[in-house]
Amino acid sequence: MISMDVQKRLMGADGPMELDIQLQLEQGQFATLYGPSGAGKTSTLRVLAGLMKPDKGHVTVYGEPWFDAQKNIHRPPGERGIGFVFQDYALFPHMTILQNLQFALGKGQNSDIVNRLMEITALEGLRDRKPPELSGGQQQRVALARALVQQPKLLLLDEPLAALDLETRLTLQDYLFELHREFGLTTLLISHDVGEIMKLSGLVFQLADGRIAKKGPPGDIFLPKRVSGKFQFTGEVLKIEREEVVYVLTIRIQNTVVKVVAGEAEVRSLQVGDKVLVASKAFNPILYKL
Amino acid sequence: MMDWQPLLLTFELATVTTAFLLLLGIPLAYWLSVTRSRVKPLVETLVSMPLVLPPTVLGFYFLIAFSPGNAFGHWLNDWLGLKLVFSFGGLVLASVIYSLPFMVHPIQSGLSGLPASLGEAAGLMGKSRFTILRKVLLPNIKTSLLTGIVLSFAHTVGEFGVVLMIGGNIPGKTRVASIAIYDEVEALNYGAANFYSIVLFLITFCILLLVYLVNGGYLKKFWR
Repeated sequence: MISMDVQKRLMGADGPMELDIQLQLEQGQFATLYGPSGAGKTSTLRVLAGLMKPDKGHVTVYGEPWFDAQKNIHRPPGERGIGFVFQDYALFPHMTILQNLQFALGKGQNSDIVNRLMEITALEGLRDRKPPELSGGQQQRVALARALVQQPKLLLLDEPLAALDLETRLTLQDYLFELHREFGLTTLLISHDVGEIMKLSGLVFQLADGRIAKKGPPGDIFLPKRVSGKFQFTGEVLKIEREEVVYVLTIRIQNTVVKVVAGEAEVRSLQVGDKVLVASKAFNPILYKL
Repeated sequence: MMDWQPLLLTFELATVTTAFLLLLGIPLAYWLSVTRSRVKPLVETLVSMPLVLPPTVLGFYFLIAFSPGNAFGHWLNDWLGLKLVFSFGGLVLASVIYSLPFMVHPIQSGLSGLPASLGEAAGLMGKSRFTILRKVLLPNIKTSLLTGIVLSFAHTVGEFGVVLMIGGNIPGKTRVASIAIYDEVEALNYGAANFYSIVLFLITFCILLLVYLVNGGYLKKFWR
């Protein structure tokens, strides 16, 4: 059980901001921090990791105090046993992939874990290459594997998949989920991608202006209550075309692109790039035997 | 037969000075790149002073401070057996301070230019600051280190005012090439002055050229 209740004054892009976060995570949970830029998502992660020291409050993890302002406790990041994946991956450019993972080994730690992680993340073919020679998705896999070398209980990911193309992102989501289960991790992810959150996460904290505005299962956060359809997908509007009396919307759902017919009233509030929920009542599904 | 001693002494001084500067410059530059202390601007100013101050000012105060007739110089002489005026040791100390910005600035800007996440990632792995600096940060600023080493070396080779003030002109001890040139010209000995000058010119030219070739990546094809 991870519990934090912290306050810190931050200098944001538009003036000072008060970070005031209370959150609890159960062991084994996969949770997501969601919200606009500057809402305090990264700061929350950094406070948990010990990279940022709050002004007030406490962070308690599995009964141990990691931070307590009153008792003046601040456990250094290196003693927290955290796996952290940075937005820019933070791979060491002068080391090979194998050396990057080996560097993360603790004193006297058995190096079998390195081989096992390379296997799971399919990095064996790249072991002697250096990070700058790798594609974004490959670098991300290295970052993920490296974060798990010390077999942390808690994995923190700062928008790890944001810079990748869709297909790579989907593959990496699978890796991430696989590793989360395999290592019995408690994972806290920052993500902007509703589809990704729905797929991976069991709990969402929606942040706004340094506070948690909403929390709950992703279904409750992102889906309007009144929808009763049996099929529902989130997607992104790619194109809006007018055809005679109706509009045809091209929508990307995960890695498929579909066309959906819409009326003028619906289209009026939409523009390209909007996130939409595509739902269908379950009375006329088309079934194919595979 | 030309007297090579001033030239050898110059390069000996530059080498020793650069070695000390490396030992002093790396921790100082690292501290400047991470600290949020209020004294940082003060330290930065002091480090940069030799850039703007006439070398004679620096040399003058060294002369006063190290002179055995004064309290500090007396103390050095009594307790450490160090006589820093008109000695090679004094030249090294003065050169270290005089060339300090040329070592600290490139390393500091190299370290500041690295993404903060590199050090943080290593810190999260439980590595000590020393290990992080040695194994993660320094290997990624090799060009800055090379620049710092070469500029300090070349700057020490080109030193004149400080050496003149504090070192005097003792052959084999403090008579470096730049002083020797001045000396020979005063004695209307243009041939000798030209010899020292051309050697200094060629060597420093080659050193700087090497740095620009390495940092510009022109030599990569030879070792890949």
